[in-house]
Amino acid sequence: MMLATAGATWWEAFERALLLRDANTVWVVLGVLALGLASGSVGAFLVLRRRALTADAISHATLPGIAVAFMVMVGMGLAGKSMIGLLVGAYIAGLLAMAVIVLIQRTTRLKDDAAIGIVLSVFFGVGICMLSLIQQMPAGNAAGLESFIFGKAAAMLPGDALLIGIVSIIIMLTLAIFFKELGVLCFDESWAAARGWPVLALDFLLTGLVALVTVLAIQTVGLVLAIALLIIPASTALLWSRRLVVVVIGSALVGGFSAWLGAMLSATIPKLPTGPIIVLVCASLFFLSLFLGRRGVLPRWLGKRSLSRRVDRQHVLRACWEIIESSDEEDISMGDLLAKRSWSERELATVVERCMRAGTLQRVDGDIIRLTSEGKERARRVVRNHRLWEAYLVHHADIAPSHVDRDADAIEHILDEDLVKSLEQLLGASAGEVPRSPHAINGGGGAA
Amino acid sequence: MELVLVPQRDPEQPAKHQLGPEHSPHSPLSIHDLTVAYDRRPVLWDVDLDVPSGKLVTIVGPNGAGKSTLLKAALGLVPKASGRIRVFGKTMKQQRSQVAYVPQRESVDWDFPISALDVVAMGRYGVLGWCRPVRRRQKEEALVALDRVGMADMAARQISQLSGGQQQRVFLARALAQDAQLFLMDEPLASVDAATEEAIIEVLRALRTEGRTVVVVHHDLQTVPDYFDHAILLNMRVVANGPVEEVFTPEALRQTYGGQLTILSEASERLARRSRVEHP
Repeated sequence: MMLATAGATWWEAFERALLLRDANTVWVVLGVLALGLASGSVGAFLVLRRRALTADAISHATLPGIAVAFMVMVGMGLAGKSMIGLLVGAYIAGLLAMAVIVLIQRTTRLKDDAAIGIVLSVFFGVGICMLSLIQQMPAGNAAGLESFIFGKAAAMLPGDALLIGIVSIIIMLTLAIFFKELGVLCFDESWAAARGWPVLALDFLLTGLVALVTVLAIQTVGLVLAIALLIIPASTALLWSRRLVVVVIGSALVGGFSAWLGAMLSATIPKLPTGPIIVLVCASLFFLSLFLGRRGVLPRWLGKRSLSRRVDRQHVLRACWEIIESSDEEDISMGDLLAKRSWSERELATVVERCMRAGTLQRVDGDIIRLTSEGKERARRVVRNHRLWEAYLVHHADIAPSHVDRDADAIEHILDEDLVKSLEQLLGASAGEVPRSPHAINGGGGAA
Repeated sequence: MELVLVPQRDPEQPAKHQLGPEHSPHSPLSIHDLTVAYDRRPVLWDVDLDVPSGKLVTIVGPNGAGKSTLLKAALGLVPKASGRIRVFGKTMKQQRSQVAYVPQRESVDWDFPISALDVVAMGRYGVLGWCRPVRRRQKEEALVALDRVGMADMAARQISQLSGGQQQRVFLARALAQDAQLFLMDEPLASVDAATEEAIIEVLRALRTEGRTVVVVHHDLQTVPDYFDHAILLNMRVVANGPVEEVFTPEALRQTYGGQLTILSEASERLARRSRVEHP
């Protein structure tokens, strides 16, 4: 009973958020949606350029910028918490950090990740010190400055959301305009430079956009988690597509969707912080894609398994063919088969079972099996490919015949028809005929 | 009225003055006094050379001899300590569109989400100009270039699905698509299969027939006499520079490679055998 009520209120709350009934929620949702779209699309280029860590340094380095901007504004007699003023300070500090990283990389022999780590931690440390100093200052109301560290999306005002929206649109338009140029920069920098593209300027453009997104994100998800919105959507999209346009748009959509759903959830469930929820939604999409994505773990594993099963079946068929070839009898005993290769009895039994299900083998009785007519046809093809490849290696690649069996084993299972045809041509073998093996056939077949 | 004294120029040789005394105005690539150092350790030392026009030229030398660096310095990809580069008598900056570069295959991430055709279409970006999207016309031109390297049916493949040799051919096709007069190729024949090597050499020969100049950093001395007209032996400095028959001598090779000579003497022997056959 209790549960049902709780469920109903939960759903009602979610529905309220979904239908944007709360004026406050409307702005938060629109703001983070724009942010998610922009950071997703910029993030795609960032990840492809392998600059993910630089973005982390930029976001951490914004803190002293915010502190300095606050102090300057207080000093000038302003209220000290003009959002735009603080964000401009953050932006300048982010770019400064980037410049320091580049300077260290160019003038010292320090490795990139070390340079990035130094800049990240030093800027962040300075920022924290400044914040605690500011909080002891008599003038100005410094409360809320620390919310930039972990973000506070719920505090978003209509003006903030509007700012995020406008800047996000500018960012995405810039990406669309320089899509081709940024693509070349990310794929092949040295070629782009050789062609005369201003690589440095393009790099500045990309970094500037990253810093812009970061500055927008620190208000919402906080500077610690800002990196997540740049990297995770892009990594998710890369698990699905092999085309740059699709990756960039997909990354934007993943970012936008995560931000939207995260904002919804945090509006629904009281006291849930928006930023971390957005990151968690995004991470769930990533893990889902890691398994299900077209380039994910599951399809790769399935593909590998199906190949290794095919290889096993082909090995059994080839062994059967070789036994028949040497004994001139149709019946094959499991014992002979077992002696052909280094497989265990159980492995062999499983593979033979699968071959029977596939209709290439049939059991005569007990331990005696036979190739079906379809099985014979398959076996003939397999043996033929194997021997063609062996012959090719012997004649054309200067490999000793005794070493051939292994290499042929590895490659014959992935021979396609074109390749087989060109091998036939090369070796002058007539179509359909099974050539003799170039080496003594190993195993019990001959002895039987 | 004041008289301004202007230093008199020799009216007969203005071009030479502009180019510097060592430069031949017709050479596709003329390098003068080039020195490149990484961290004060010189990689190239006082390199002077003129690449002959319309020839297949190879740069050979041991590992670390500065072969790749020479191409990169010519293209302005690495800073030079000193030196002057001229391309058809002008600066590299003025001639960028006439120079096609084929970087080493390892220099990019082949997992990048892009198809073979889209990589080749980059060769048309220069003509296309800034901020213009690739259209059907550039794709068609890219397909023609892919066809020249025998890869038209692989156009839609993502580049990670190609074999090493096929990836190398995609790089070559991108350079072809640029329609340049001078080609600078960094190890295009490194670890490629026999079919690719054949296809690439065929394309290089076709480029020569069209009167273009091709400079190839190469590692396999045995094939130099078969593939190239002109060789530059490099080991930090230019050891020898001339037609393969003249340059590929045991002495020059020994100077270039120092002690490691077993394969080399074999290669020059092969060359000697070949010239005996051709000029008995």
